[in-house]
Amino acid sequence: MSEILSVKNLGKSYDTGFTALKNVNLDIEEGEILALLGPNGAGKTTLISIICGIANITSGSVTVGGYDIGRDYRKARNLIGLVPQEINLEPFEKVINTVRFSRGLFGKKPDDAFIEKILRKLSLWDKRNNRTMELSGGMRRRVLIAKALCHEPRILFLDEPTAGVDVELRKDMWEVVAELKKDGVTIILTTHYIEEAEAIADRIAVINKGEILLVEGKDSLMQRMGQKCMTIELHEPIPAVPDSLSAYGLELGSDGTSLVYTYDTRAERTGITKLLSDLSEAGLVLKDLQTQQNSLEDIFVGLVKENAA
Amino acid sequence: MNLQAVRSIYLYEMARFFRSMIQSFVSPVISTSLYFIVFGAAIGSRIQEVEGISYGAFIVPGLIMLSVITQAISNGSFGIYFPKFVGTVFEILSAPVNYFEIILGYVGAAATKALFIGVVILGTSFFFVDITIAHPLAMVLFLVLTSVSFSLLGFILGIWAKSFEQLQLVPLLIVTPLIFLGGSFYSITMLPPFWQTVTLFNPVVYLISGFRWAFFGVADVPVLISLVAISGFLGVCLLFVAWIFRSGWRLRS
Ligand SMILES: Nc1ncnc2c1ncn2[C@@H]1O[C@H](COP(=O)(O)OP(=O)(O)OP(=O)(O)O)[C@@H](O)[C@H]1O
Ligand SMILES: [Mg+2]
Repeated sequence: MSEILSVKNLGKSYDTGFTALKNVNLDIEEGEILALLGPNGAGKTTLISIICGIANITSGSVTVGGYDIGRDYRKARNLIGLVPQEINLEPFEKVINTVRFSRGLFGKKPDDAFIEKILRKLSLWDKRNNRTMELSGGMRRRVLIAKALCHEPRILFLDEPTAGVDVELRKDMWEVVAELKKDGVTIILTTHYIEEAEAIADRIAVINKGEILLVEGKDSLMQRMGQKCMTIELHEPIPAVPDSLSAYGLELGSDGTSLVYTYDTRAERTGITKLLSDLSEAGLVLKDLQTQQNSLEDIFVGLVKENAA
Repeated sequence: MNLQAVRSIYLYEMARFFRSMIQSFVSPVISTSLYFIVFGAAIGSRIQEVEGISYGAFIVPGLIMLSVITQAISNGSFGIYFPKFVGTVFEILSAPVNYFEIILGYVGAAATKALFIGVVILGTSFFFVDITIAHPLAMVLFLVLTSVSFSLLGFILGIWAKSFEQLQLVPLLIVTPLIFLGGSFYSITMLPPFWQTVTLFNPVVYLISGFRWAFFGVADVPVLISLVAISGFLGVCLLFVAWIFRSGWRLRS
């Protein structure tokens, strides 16, 4: 079995009666990076909390590394590292102590060399004797990552690891993630930065209102749903799209000097060649051409809108 | 058994204690001295002896119990309430540990601190009064059982409490009165018969009586009953904590 995480028919209702997850199914391969996308309140944190043992299961089951998270919680949790969404740290504690504590809590023997390695990798070594309240927000988040990594987990949950982190640090974080992947660590991250998912994930899952709407490889997703638009700029403005071009579904810009053609990259023929010859046949003179790929963001927004309707 | 985790929690909690070592040491010494001055000197000049023991010596077991119980409860409750308050409790909940290991770590540390205070107070009282301890082993046993069971009660309070006010409320409104009315500073035989009967419903009476027996060989209630009572209390607390972790009450949503 190559799935390191398997979520089956998972349902979750909070004590308030609110149903946060409905029949969620999700299988994750060892070594992959999955980005979990969804709007605020979609249930991302709830899903992670259940897998990690912080929230109770209402129905369904979860296995990690083949171990049931209820019956075999020790073996399951040994494999898991969690970086929570909220920055939860004891304010008066020194960085190094809180990291050592986490390692011990997971039953690992003290290993200061290993902890040094992690703190250095996260550029925290200089701050090891600082109390956590003396750190900046981005540093605190990295302390949380160090805490999650210090017991050498095989699967790492990053709940919005780059929220409130500056661009440079975000790139650093991506590098850390890439390096972990090289070591074979499976990573599940949530994010509201879609370019982040695009940049580092192997697969994308979209969740909304407690339901998984889609799980798919990033590339095939972009291919399958990806549309390109071509903007054609004209020398002279035209009052309307000529009848001879009506089959292409062109959109005329407001000043009459541009036409937008939308086409599907997965189609056998994009129709571009034919369009171009038809354009000149209609007597239109081109000034410029540009094409644009739909981003994951557009796909995501479209999906969630569809689901809301 | 995840002994490494128990060790980590225990040492982490103890480190907090050692950081404020002077405070931990000085404040019980001062308060005990004050008690001896007020109770021993002022009241002791009127009540010379209780059950054949000088009043100053008679209050020593009660004094120790008073501090040990309050310290155990406050340490036990704070130890788990604080991670809940700052949010770090998620780590405990997601770690490969069971409730017993968590308790060993947190309650073990809280009980150690309470014991330490108890010993400091005992040491201080040697400066004020002459005491010989009749049953040292029984004394240690009572001290340990009390520290552990009330730390456990504190632990439960810490899980239950949703605010710092609630955390203070139970010790203030219930436990302290029970200790003061439990014969810490008098023998319940000094009370009118009606109040003697009422007092027997106060669990702390059994504790203090048993503890005093360990010192002087005299007790308000038979020492075996005291032992059974404190062990029973410990058992009930343990069962309750087991239930808490199974159900996730006030810990897991
Ligand atoms: N302890 C709780 N009790 C009751 N309802 C809760 C609780 N925690 C979360 N919820 C509700 O469950 C839903 C999902 O919340 P969750 O935190 O999983 O969302 P999320 O996808 O992580 O959102 P965000 O992107 O804002 O972090 C929300 O509607 C939230 O109000
Ligand atoms: Mg969230």
